[in-house]
Amino acid sequence: MREVAIVGAGMTRFGELWGQSLRDMFAEAAVGALNDAGADHVDSIYVGCMSGGQFVGQEHLGPLMADHLGMTGVPATHVESACASGGVALRLAYMEVASGMSDLVLATGIEKMNDGADVTNVLATAADQELEVYYGVTFPGLYAMIARAHMAKYGTTEEDMAWVSVKNHRHGAMNDKAQFPGEVTLEQVMASSMVAAPLRLLHCSPVTDGAAAVLLCPLEQAKEYTDRPVKIIGSGLATGSMALADRADPADLDAVQRSARSAYKMAGVGPRDIQVAEVHDCFSIAEICCIEALGFVEPGTGKDAAREGFTALGGCVPVNTSGGLKSKGHPVGATGIAQAIEVFTQLQGKAGARQVENARVGLTQNMGGSGASSVVHIFQGV
Amino acid sequence: MPSPRYTREIPSRYRLEAGRCKGCGKVVYPARRICPACRAADFETVNLSRKGTVVTSTVIHVPPDEFLMEAPYAMAVVETPEGARLMTQVVDCDPSTVLPGMEVSLEFRLIRKEGKSGILCYGHKGVPVA
Repeated sequence: MREVAIVGAGMTRFGELWGQSLRDMFAEAAVGALNDAGADHVDSIYVGCMSGGQFVGQEHLGPLMADHLGMTGVPATHVESACASGGVALRLAYMEVASGMSDLVLATGIEKMNDGADVTNVLATAADQELEVYYGVTFPGLYAMIARAHMAKYGTTEEDMAWVSVKNHRHGAMNDKAQFPGEVTLEQVMASSMVAAPLRLLHCSPVTDGAAAVLLCPLEQAKEYTDRPVKIIGSGLATGSMALADRADPADLDAVQRSARSAYKMAGVGPRDIQVAEVHDCFSIAEICCIEALGFVEPGTGKDAAREGFTALGGCVPVNTSGGLKSKGHPVGATGIAQAIEVFTQLQGKAGARQVENARVGLTQNMGGSGASSVVHIFQGV
Repeated sequence: MPSPRYTREIPSRYRLEAGRCKGCGKVVYPARRICPACRAADFETVNLSRKGTVVTSTVIHVPPDEFLMEAPYAMAVVETPEGARLMTQVVDCDPSTVLPGMEVSLEFRLIRKEGKSGILCYGHKGVPVA
């Protein structure tokens, strides 16, 4: 396999983008990535999107997006793995370049969630329709059950979870692309309205429109496009049981652990080597479970990390310096690519006020459903 | 979302009939073709006890549209004595009292009404054991 680098990135602001349709957002992000690299063509396009079909009634996204980039004729593939669609699109783009099949590949993620669709019902299609949704459970409900299992097993508290939101909003306040860049206090999180006990509104990521794109090429060609390419040194994708009832322990995210293990093995690094990470905090409890599964902390101790500053900027492993899904926003299909853009920017040393000093190795973790799919990438500055 | 109509057409689902893998003994509900633990494809039918213990739970305050009139309501993963686990609502009680360790009986109930024509969808709900 060839070594592969990211050489350009582009994204829209995240938020309620009423004035932009799905295709407009795609074009803005894709052109941003091409311009960033000074590239005038691509060999292939991947479009990560959870559900254009249900959110805006549009499928067949590959050719549509190629068309709106003025690149009709170029191979374009729609990738779906629920909220991990973007991360999986990145993995497929990586594989296409690494294999030698293509030289210049655009990995993108898009989602338009604020367009009148019943978001609760659409997101629930990433859970088990027959065994979970049929009975009235929602996505926050599934993560609430993960939270309660984690609380019973490890003594995690509502306040521990609230600290994750406080930390991520503090980071997001420095990100001009974030949907909710304001800081929140512990008291505000703890007093916000209940969505699915024990998860409150400010434990939940928002409903977001947005698009993100990165351009990949073989490392040996990277200097044609940028002075500061970032190598992808590991990629891991894994699955877990779809229904929460079928997991050995609902407090543990097995797929995250498996995907991390294969990415670490491929990269030849371990959790202690990671200096900056973007982790899938769709709900505050998810960040706690994920940093345990990624090996940043011991199982059961994730609850302390945000409060003690271990995962804050300036801490041992800054997690979600972009603001994470919580503050930056979570346009589901775009999230995995937006995570890669944050780590790309950090490893290029261009993250401004939220720069992690001397960051050389970074990680992204993006998951689908209640954790039934997870994809991890590891990056290294060149 | 339309409910899977075959939920009504597969009797084992509303009879609470699970499959026990003849290879490794794992009990799965509803029955499957292939054992998720050992990949064997030979199962025997097990009638689940109509009771179980709450493994984890939540109270849904922001529900899907079809459950709007019921919120807030408790949902739980319930494990039966045979080792099968299923997602159910837990009703006929204060939802905040539904916590891990609670013993419930599983009763056949109306789950919801589907679509504009209001097709009745049945299944099981947990009720706390007095």
